[in-house]
Amino acid sequence: MPGLVHVTTTINGNQTDFLCEPRQSLLECLRDVVGMTGSKEGCNDGNCGACTVNLDGRIVTSCLVLGVEAQGAEVNTIEGVASAEGLHPIQQSFLENAALQCGICTPGFIVAAKALLEAEPDADEARIRHWLAGNLCRCTGYDKIVRAVIDAGERMRA
Amino acid sequence: MRAIDYVAPTSLSEAVSVLSAHGDRARPLAGGTDIIVQLRGGRRELDVLLDAKTIPELNQIELTDSGLRLGAAVPCYEIYQNQAVAAAYPGLIDAAGLIGSIQIQGRASIGGNLCNAAPSGDSIPPIITLGGEAHINGPNGWRAVAAEDFCTGPGRSVLEAGEILVGIQIPAPVANSGTAYLRFIPRNEMDIAVAGVSSSVVLDASGQTVQSARIALASVGPTPILATAAGDSLAGKAVSDDAIAEAGRLASEAASPITDMRGTIRQRHHLVDVLTRRTLNIAIRRARGEE
Repeated sequence: MPGLVHVTTTINGNQTDFLCEPRQSLLECLRDVVGMTGSKEGCNDGNCGACTVNLDGRIVTSCLVLGVEAQGAEVNTIEGVASAEGLHPIQQSFLENAALQCGICTPGFIVAAKALLEAEPDADEARIRHWLAGNLCRCTGYDKIVRAVIDAGERMRA
Repeated sequence: MRAIDYVAPTSLSEAVSVLSAHGDRARPLAGGTDIIVQLRGGRRELDVLLDAKTIPELNQIELTDSGLRLGAAVPCYEIYQNQAVAAAYPGLIDAAGLIGSIQIQGRASIGGNLCNAAPSGDSIPPIITLGGEAHINGPNGWRAVAAEDFCTGPGRSVLEAGEILVGIQIPAPVANSGTAYLRFIPRNEMDIAVAGVSSSVVLDASGQTVQSARIALASVGPTPILATAAGDSLAGKAVSDDAIAEAGRLASEAASPITDMRGTIRQRHHLVDVLTRRTLNIAIRRARGEE
């Protein structure tokens, strides 16, 4: 029986140490070990995107990353999106455009959309829809989410 | 998932010795987008996961005059974001840009796609038509295997106990050549191919005659298939709808699909014909520098 592994990582800019079993996913480590429950478990096999986090500058499904793989990595989660001054423009746009209902998919959509708009502030609707194809929502029908991301892009360019 | 050990080797020799010690109870972990799902679902049982991302040779992407050396653990996004690689191998980019979601492409590697040996692996047909070669290291040293010979059955490959896929070597594109990959899925994104086809062509300097062609198929047999007769049928022929139609017919003949939840035998034969013609036309346009 393999023992616990000590992992040192940076989560939302803060050095964080945790102990985990090698079989535990990064998502489990975030939620059950570190106590950051913003990232959601939907399908737990990489299809739904609810667990999306940013790992070393790329969005990934944290259910398909092992916690031990986060050793030395920079992890950014939904908990790091808002600042002390207030909500991120994407969060504000989601609220104002009613881009969520049950909210389970929302953290994944926001983390994914943030990565897109930071890299490509001029992303158009087709690009946004393509980028977000790995995030599933069973409530909204996507239009309000896409509208919110378009709106957030405008705010971030302003 | 049952308990496993995780090893992060810092050298190829360390990786081979760990793999050799554990036989089929150890397997490399690249992007984890297949293997973690398999372990969690109980479809595979291992004692050790060996992180391929900590071995330098498996993470290099190097474009030289002799071609592309693609480390087995390099994720898809690093391939399509590399502008020189994207310009040289658009057929490879066709596949790297449509495997799973953006999240999956941030982790999944072409080497992993090959080792997972799914008949539907999107990147395998273009690796085959581009003349790719798998470079394998193991307890007995190095060996190279042509991409079309790498997969031996669904989920099975030529890799033996202790062996690891280090990289894929793809020859430099010759003048007037082009490659393309297309798959059919019933939606726009995020699906597994009902059928997939890659075609590559080398034209003469005038762009009017085919010197040679290779056509490879996905999801229509127990392994990816190199449709040799279909590719060879084009050699020496003028580019024409008739010649392309004949290649489509022969590629369809080379397919040996099954009927399953994703499609029927008849549909898949038809799809191979259509996708062969479409990919040949794209490859020809690319060879002529038209796209």
